[in-house]
Amino acid sequence: MKSAIGHWFGWGLGAAFWIGLPVPTGAMQRFPPPQFETDHALPVTTTPPPDGPWRDVLDVAVLAGALGLAAWLVLVRRSRRGVLALVVFSLIYFGFWRGGCVCPIGAIQNVTAALADPGHALPLVVAAFFLLPLLATIMFGRVYCAGVCPLGAIQDVVVIKPLRVPMWLEHALGMLAYVYLGAAVLFAATGSAWIICEYDPFVGLFRMSGTTFMLGLGAVFLLAGMFFARPYCRWLCPYGVLMSWIAPGAVWQPRIDPVGCIQCQLCRDGCPINAIDVPDVPSPAGSGGTGGPMLPGPEAGLRAGPGVGPGVGPGAHRRDRRRMAVLLIAAPMVISIGALLGHGLTPALTRMNERVRLADRLLAEDMGWVEGHTDATAAFRSRGDSRTELATETKRITSIYAWGGPLLGGFIGLVLAAKLIQQARRRRSDEFVIHQPRCVACARCLALCPHHPGNEARLVELTREKEPL
Amino acid sequence: MAEATRSEPSSDRRGFFRGMVRGMALLAGGATLGLLATRAQAARTVWQIDPHKCTMCGRCAVECVLMPSAVKCVHSHGMCGYCELCTGFFEPDAPNLHEGAENQLCPTGAIERTLIEEPYYEYRIKENQCIGCAKCVAGCAAFGNGSMYLQIRHDRCVDCNDCAIARACPTQAIRRVPADQPYLLKQVNEP
Ligand code: SF4
Ligand code: SF4
Ligand code: SF4
Ligand code: SF4
Ligand code: SF4
Repeated sequence: MKSAIGHWFGWGLGAAFWIGLPVPTGAMQRFPPPQFETDHALPVTTTPPPDGPWRDVLDVAVLAGALGLAAWLVLVRRSRRGVLALVVFSLIYFGFWRGGCVCPIGAIQNVTAALADPGHALPLVVAAFFLLPLLATIMFGRVYCAGVCPLGAIQDVVVIKPLRVPMWLEHALGMLAYVYLGAAVLFAATGSAWIICEYDPFVGLFRMSGTTFMLGLGAVFLLAGMFFARPYCRWLCPYGVLMSWIAPGAVWQPRIDPVGCIQCQLCRDGCPINAIDVPDVPSPAGSGGTGGPMLPGPEAGLRAGPGVGPGVGPGAHRRDRRRMAVLLIAAPMVISIGALLGHGLTPALTRMNERVRLADRLLAEDMGWVEGHTDATAAFRSRGDSRTELATETKRITSIYAWGGPLLGGFIGLVLAAKLIQQARRRRSDEFVIHQPRCVACARCLALCPHHPGNEARLVELTREKEPL
Repeated sequence: MAEATRSEPSSDRRGFFRGMVRGMALLAGGATLGLLATRAQAARTVWQIDPHKCTMCGRCAVECVLMPSAVKCVHSHGMCGYCELCTGFFEPDAPNLHEGAENQLCPTGAIERTLIEEPYYEYRIKENQCIGCAKCVAGCAAFGNGSMYLQIRHDRCVDCNDCAIARACPTQAIRRVPADQPYLLKQVNEP
């Protein structure tokens, strides 16, 4: 009975300080565990384990298999239907079954963090998810996007009535992905935030659970995606940026028409994401095509956007050259302006970091600039955490941002300049060709081409139409 | 004008360009791979709460991507005092000291109280009712032995690449731990 008295004493003592005491988080044995007279066995605290390593092995195997299958379907079979079947499979496996995690897009952050901080562990499965799709891209183009990526898949199946986005807008929105990539790398390198995961619009849908914000974002993207195909892929995906850099170097690339373009435009109209380059020089007679007419001016202009692209007609050539010269001279300026802007934004960027925010808040509280405290500062104070440690840490983070901010700005400036220069370049093609960096290898255009097996009737019909009267 | 030759980019040039891109990509990939090889660790990791850092703020119940949260209260029974007046079980101003719902701290009635022998009571967590709100944890830590605390349950957690609770936790109490030791359990005789 002694211990029972002890219990009551402890309770009374505790109740007296019920409010306002900092909570000691370390366990303390205020009340000794009882010695039972009966032979009562203590329940064991269960520890259900996470999935074993078999899961990683399976995931990587499925990833590799799906990449290979996608490449075969796009490059060899050229089958839209096959790709669509793979899309559905990947949506179910990587999306709904595996919950969309881990994916190569998010893995950018793991890799960045591991490179920036030697203490950060990078599990092999994450490294594999990051590298395998890039490897596939260097071999076959963006086949990961075609039928493996769960984010691409969920967007691909909702494309109902894709509307054409003017090219200038396509290019402008495409800049967002670079900003997203740059910011994600900077925030991951400084251990501030993993924004790719935080704002992943579809992961909530895959888990059919999540905050209202997450699910709402997903719904918005899916709704928009019915009319503007694959909005995340085209304008936001940071991994897409990496792939767009290496896709033009792919050993085998998806190509619409190995036989000879008859300029029917079916592929271009069929591509929901503006990934087909329109000819900008007349088709020379006897080049394999039927010598169809050059597209009317406005159509050609669409490719590059007003005021940027190469002009048509006499004198255009010289004008193009002058424009190119201006752009080349302006490029360093654009980059510098970007870096300056990045420098100006550095304080705001730095505050993305939890530790920096905590230090700021502590200072503000100490100086009486703000009333009350936050959970974080209260915990910091009650635990008596080291101020000097926090100070060293924030100093280190701030110093990374000090050059990271301008670097991010400069990077965006560089991309902008490069895009403008690229647009001003003459492409000099007389065929409709796939724009490799942007193409997600969905195989829609391949199956639409009149030269595609099964479309012979169409070919005959179209060729007859084009014949002079 | 050399317009006609211009119209067809020479396949040589295109091949050279592609080769260059490929070479650069492989170089960058190789360099990254090399760097990663020095960093990569084959060991898998999972998220877990360090109970000594948790301040029972309640975010675990609402921030998890799962609804209800993958975080649950666990009870290290070996540390528990089997108190009759459990401050993890009863409301501070409980009208009566019996199992009535109005007396209980837990909003979902997830704690089961059983008399073992006078005056010792056992408190078990009914995990499928627990939402991980940490109310009991706070009560137990304040005046009890701190034997109740939160843990991410790996039969539920989907192992997000970036745990949504870790992001929101005011004290960075959630970190990645080796997957072969996926829990940070309190021990009976720890300091
Ligand atoms: S571009 Fe689209 S399909 Fe490709 S990785 Fe990004 S989200 Fe996935
Ligand atoms: S394969 Fe590429 S170019 Fe063809 S429709 Fe799909 S995205 Fe467009
Ligand atoms: S968010 Fe952090 S402090 Fe709050 S209850 Fe969860 S682990 Fe504890
Ligand atoms: S990793 Fe995801 S599922 Fe697991 S506890 Fe964190 S937010 Fe919840
Ligand atoms: S009080 Fe909260 S954390 Fe404790 S058992 Fe109930 S629901 Fe779970």
